[in-house]
Amino acid sequence: MAETVRSGAPGPLQIETDVLVVRGGMAACSAAVSAAKAGARVVLVDKGYVGTSGVTATGGPGHWWVSPKGSARAEAIEKHWIAGCGLADRGWMERIIDTTWRTLPTLSPYYRFDVNERGQTVYNALRGPEYLRALRHAALDAGVTILDQSPVLELLLHDDGSAAGANGLRRQSQQPYTARAGAVILATGGCGFLGGLLGSGTNTGDGHLMAVEAGAELSGMEFSNAYSVSPRWNSTRTLIYAYARYYDAEGKELDVLPRNGVLGRALIEGPVYARLHDCPDGLRKSLPQIQPMTLLPFVRKGIDPYSDPFEVKLFAEGTIRGTGGLRIVGDHCQTTIGGLFAAGDTATRELIAGAVSGGGSPNSAWALTSGLLSGQAAAELARTRGRRVSEKARAQGTAGLRPRSTARRVDRPGVLKVAQDEILPLDKNLFRSGPKLRASLGRLETAWREIRDHDQAQGADAVAARETAAVVATARLCYTAALTRDESRGMHERSDTWAERPDRARRLLIGGLDDVWTRPEAQEGWKATHV
Amino acid sequence: MFELIVRDRCTGCNRCVEACPTNVLEPGPDKVPVAARIEQCQTCFMCELYCASDAIYVGPDRDERHAVNEAEIVASGLLGQFRRDSGWDEWADDPRYRCQIWKLGPYIQAGFKQSTERVQQRLARKAVEPVAATSSVGTIAARPESSLKRNP
Repeated sequence: MAETVRSGAPGPLQIETDVLVVRGGMAACSAAVSAAKAGARVVLVDKGYVGTSGVTATGGPGHWWVSPKGSARAEAIEKHWIAGCGLADRGWMERIIDTTWRTLPTLSPYYRFDVNERGQTVYNALRGPEYLRALRHAALDAGVTILDQSPVLELLLHDDGSAAGANGLRRQSQQPYTARAGAVILATGGCGFLGGLLGSGTNTGDGHLMAVEAGAELSGMEFSNAYSVSPRWNSTRTLIYAYARYYDAEGKELDVLPRNGVLGRALIEGPVYARLHDCPDGLRKSLPQIQPMTLLPFVRKGIDPYSDPFEVKLFAEGTIRGTGGLRIVGDHCQTTIGGLFAAGDTATRELIAGAVSGGGSPNSAWALTSGLLSGQAAAELARTRGRRVSEKARAQGTAGLRPRSTARRVDRPGVLKVAQDEILPLDKNLFRSGPKLRASLGRLETAWREIRDHDQAQGADAVAARETAAVVATARLCYTAALTRDESRGMHERSDTWAERPDRARRLLIGGLDDVWTRPEAQEGWKATHV
Repeated sequence: MFELIVRDRCTGCNRCVEACPTNVLEPGPDKVPVAARIEQCQTCFMCELYCASDAIYVGPDRDERHAVNEAEIVASGLLGQFRRDSGWDEWADDPRYRCQIWKLGPYIQAGFKQSTERVQQRLARKAVEPVAATSSVGTIAARPESSLKRNP
């Protein structure tokens, strides 16, 4: 059965397919290819362009890459399980490592893998733009229909509460669309709160908002405070900062170890400058072919980063390099909503990273593998249950589309700024405390009510309205979870409760749109209540 | 942010309009794209990469635009640099621009090791020569050493 893309002019585009994939980054493409190879008709709708959108497109991901020989995998899994502070899952880690090991070489027809100095093909490190270009070609060859520049605005549910499809907008032609499908895969990425992290402009937590509206559960949203260093005026790739020395305004060198809070504290006290004169010659020579984008902003600003000091900033990576996202149930990335799957950074990565950041490599392996698994399961569901297009489907969108109270003009940039002023600053999000989180949540609640109660946007304006709503909603989820987790664990550190508490060694679930709730995944010992 | 399209070079193919992930551009009246939604630009340089005629220049600042002189930009040699360094299109088989991303992991690991050892040596020296305690700001306390957890 072919997918149907009917253009009934005038009026909305009607799409019917087996599997609908929402967004077009690494996880989305992996899911689309996998579902198509499993025999499903697949339509992929991306907010941007499949090839440039999402954080992988501007990056250069390594992948968790462990040989099956000997005890290497068992050791890697144990090391990461311990690092994850008790919240990771060994079975998932094993599955991710093994699937990644077997899957990446299959991209050879589309991606020219590097050959190292010993003549070996290197499969685990790929450059972002070429990677996404390859995945686009793989998806097209597998028969996937790609609609670029076509953001989803809201999910549709059947009367039994299962996913039925989505409503969206082809934003360059202003044509609305309705997509009906037997299964829906959300691969909308993490949320960077529009804080300027390279490539994260499309990652506004859209999937988190839509899923919560549909009644889905999330997990690990307290682990959402990763930051990465860059020049103050632009976010860049971060390889070179492994060699950086940091100085305060007086030129005194700071004792900044990689991945600790010293840099964050120094940045709260005053400006911090980096110098990269320790970068080895070999790196300088090959950097344009390792990360061609890294030097562009420096050169164009007239700065030689290897000799000139430059001011730095920590850019918020939110839930992108953080770990929280939609709760996964079962072995194929099902969410708690029937027919709705989550892949990549949309899903919680606690299963492989626990309470710490998965970092680039495990997160990339997760994106590839969760896409693959969700694609297979979505195809299977669509095959057994069909597309169900004759059933009624109800749109779930709230804030920005269907106000709870009187529609009126909402100062959207103002609402966004309120949320960003709570979720981006280091002193509030990296260095957390109960009282600070409570105060922030009060202001986030006010911002949420403003957009939730009054904003009603149409056409292209609805895309911006929904992005703003998603940032605010995601920030609320992050801080509510952070307030509920009354301990310090992994990247979540609270100055009012430094200790890691043994009875908190379980995942924290969260959901709810206007009334946010929290609940430990396993109940014994820890009775978390509504905040 | 996106700064300019060199009109003499632009073929009006509008590939950049299609490829911009945040939908900044749209076709102008003469097909040369215009930055209709500049506030959405995330300075990701993707439009430059997808412009096979090297007509686009993106400035270095994420939050502000600067007036640039087209003749100077054309003369600077910066146009097309990203696409060439990336080994795209006509540069695909030029060995000088072969991808070397495989070096990323080894260089990061070596850098972290080098930086960590250097800072630890500094800290060890300070431990034997006492220095004034550094200030902490307001409620920003450092996590006590005793509770510091394993780092992956």
